Amino acid sequence: MLDTATPAAGGVTAPRAAGTSFGELRLDGVTREFGGIVALAGLTMTVGRGEFITLLGPSGCGKSTALNCIAGLLSLTAGSIWLDDRRIDVLRPEQRGFGMVFQNYALFPHMSVRRNVGFGLAMRRTPREEIRRRVDQVLDLVQLAAHAEKLPGQLSGGQQQRVAIARAIVVQPPLVLMDEPLSNLDAKLRLEMRTELKRIHRELGRSTIYVTHDQDEALSLADRVVMLQEGHVQQIAAPEEIYARPANLDVARFMGYRNLLALDVVRREGGWAVVGGPGIALRGLCQGEVGRRAAVAIRPDDLTLDGGGEDGIAGRVETVEYCGRDYLVDLVTEGGVTLHARSLQRVAPGDVLRCHADPERVLVYPEAPGDAGA
Amino acid sequence: MRAVAKGGALGMGTAGIDRTVLLVVPGALFVILLFVYPFLYGLFLSFAPKQGDLLANYTKFFSTPYLSETIATTLWIALPATLINVGVALPIAFRLRRSTSMQRILTGLLVVPITLGTVLVAEGLLTYLGPQGWFSRILMAAGIVETPVHLTHNYWGVLLSLVITGFPFAFLLILSYITGIDPVLAQAAATLGASPAQRFRHVFLPLLAPGLAIAFCLAFVQAFSVFPSAVLLGAPAGPTRVISIAAYQAAFEDYDYSMASAIAMIMGAVQLAIVVVVLAMRGVSYRGPAGGAKG
Repeated sequence: MLDTATPAAGGVTAPRAAGTSFGELRLDGVTREFGGIVALAGLTMTVGRGEFITLLGPSGCGKSTALNCIAGLLSLTAGSIWLDDRRIDVLRPEQRGFGMVFQNYALFPHMSVRRNVGFGLAMRRTPREEIRRRVDQVLDLVQLAAHAEKLPGQLSGGQQQRVAIARAIVVQPPLVLMDEPLSNLDAKLRLEMRTELKRIHRELGRSTIYVTHDQDEALSLADRVVMLQEGHVQQIAAPEEIYARPANLDVARFMGYRNLLALDVVRREGGWAVVGGPGIALRGLCQGEVGRRAAVAIRPDDLTLDGGGEDGIAGRVETVEYCGRDYLVDLVTEGGVTLHARSLQRVAPGDVLRCHADPERVLVYPEAPGDAGA
Repeated sequence: MRAVAKGGALGMGTAGIDRTVLLVVPGALFVILLFVYPFLYGLFLSFAPKQGDLLANYTKFFSTPYLSETIATTLWIALPATLINVGVALPIAFRLRRSTSMQRILTGLLVVPITLGTVLVAEGLLTYLGPQGWFSRILMAAGIVETPVHLTHNYWGVLLSLVITGFPFAFLLILSYITGIDPVLAQAAATLGASPAQRFRHVFLPLLAPGLAIAFCLAFVQAFSVFPSAVLLGAPAGPTRVISIAAYQAAFEDYDYSMASAIAMIMGAVQLAIVVVVLAMRGVSYRGPAGGAKG
């Protein structure tokens, strides 16, 4: 019933076969260059049925490029995209039948909410009564039934956002693509919409690829996170893993490991390493083959001023910020490196203290950090 | 209005009178002196005929076929010219909506006929399109026609000249409207399954309709007041005796300024009627911002 009106191109079957019953989407070495500059370098990944994938990375990392390549809005410089055993990167966007939510929503300003949402169905020549029924259904799902006859300009940002989502999912696409859909909303609404997206995904079970630069969003929504940097995949992993075990120092930095230290390796004990420096003695988990020098990454949340023990890092308190639950403390080590730590007790600037970290949460990387402690 | 609100907010006014309103005065004076006064003068003059009653000029115009037919003659030239200009400019501007070197080259080329002015274009066309001109000779050399084609001193000469001078104007205007439409809207339509033709029909055209109406009105008013090319390239005694020629003859051959004013008023009324009809149709369509979001 779906996508039946979409014409086939040059011997390739129309997305009819795709329907809702595809097994997996496969990207094979997807590469895109803009005037000789590589925006996306050989992205290879698979998206399983019903899976929620986020493409995460700083701006300019190629995540939107990847999404536009999948949607068909950008052609590939190299590589291929497959829906099960059908090659789809040769299809035009209107032949792929994917639903897409744009960053600025891209609602048709001259059409009512109802006509916006029904647009995809109308293009598929769905009978009018059925369009009406399905649009009503999806407007109920996004809680906009009361606004069906309004123009997009009469809606708030959050409502426009939900119209955009409704418009993308009403055609029951095999894959939903979202390009930073929450970035234009204020912080409170963003949290609400995040929960909303999660609910819609749970209710419909559509495979989704979601682009964001916000790590909280990526971690809370995704089944798997694809971490991109400068066009290259850094890591593909479950949110828990990408949070606790970043594949390399760049990912660690992006994931909030703000304390990065270049230290000497004192000794290694299996998967563990004891590292040290001026006033510093730490035990941590090796991430790869560690030599004599190592880069150590610790989150501020895992570096506490509470508890005792001989190891840890000694430093002089520089600034103290009260955060409600605890204090965020900046302290400077003997070696002149600034560290960010947490403390449940109030401390005063000038105090010389020792901070500690659970060895499980201290990640020891082989390479040297470019800007340790910066 | 805006100046009032702004000045008020700045607290520059004294006792309810906002001095920023005074900024309007030079502009208002300019309009009154150069438009409103001549218009009203002409209007009153048209009701003070050389002989006869108040409406003598108007009754004379509409009871003399030689005069009243100029309305139809002018419309017969101006409407096709406007339709051609807008109709041809639309697809070309649409194809060139993305900023490319082709777009820049073409817009640059099209500005030239505007800057040259109608008289120069008409003089050029006179020799180029004349029976002994290149155009005719090329056609004969190619064996397409056997006798010289007559494209000057008739209807076609005027129409061609109006297209050549009016097209760039319509094109540039429509291009600016098209580039104002967020291209992401077309991308969104594509991902929803709309073919290029459907994207044009359902997304671009409705958003473009108000702009097209404006472009049509401006192009039409320009074409309706055709004078130089109707005289130089047309047959001003017959087929291209447009209404402005009738007004010119009344004023400078019969020295009947009153009659000339009446003809000018009729000319204005016809233009206004067409513009009102087109803008009324525009009122039916959507007229908000052509972007995707609230900014």
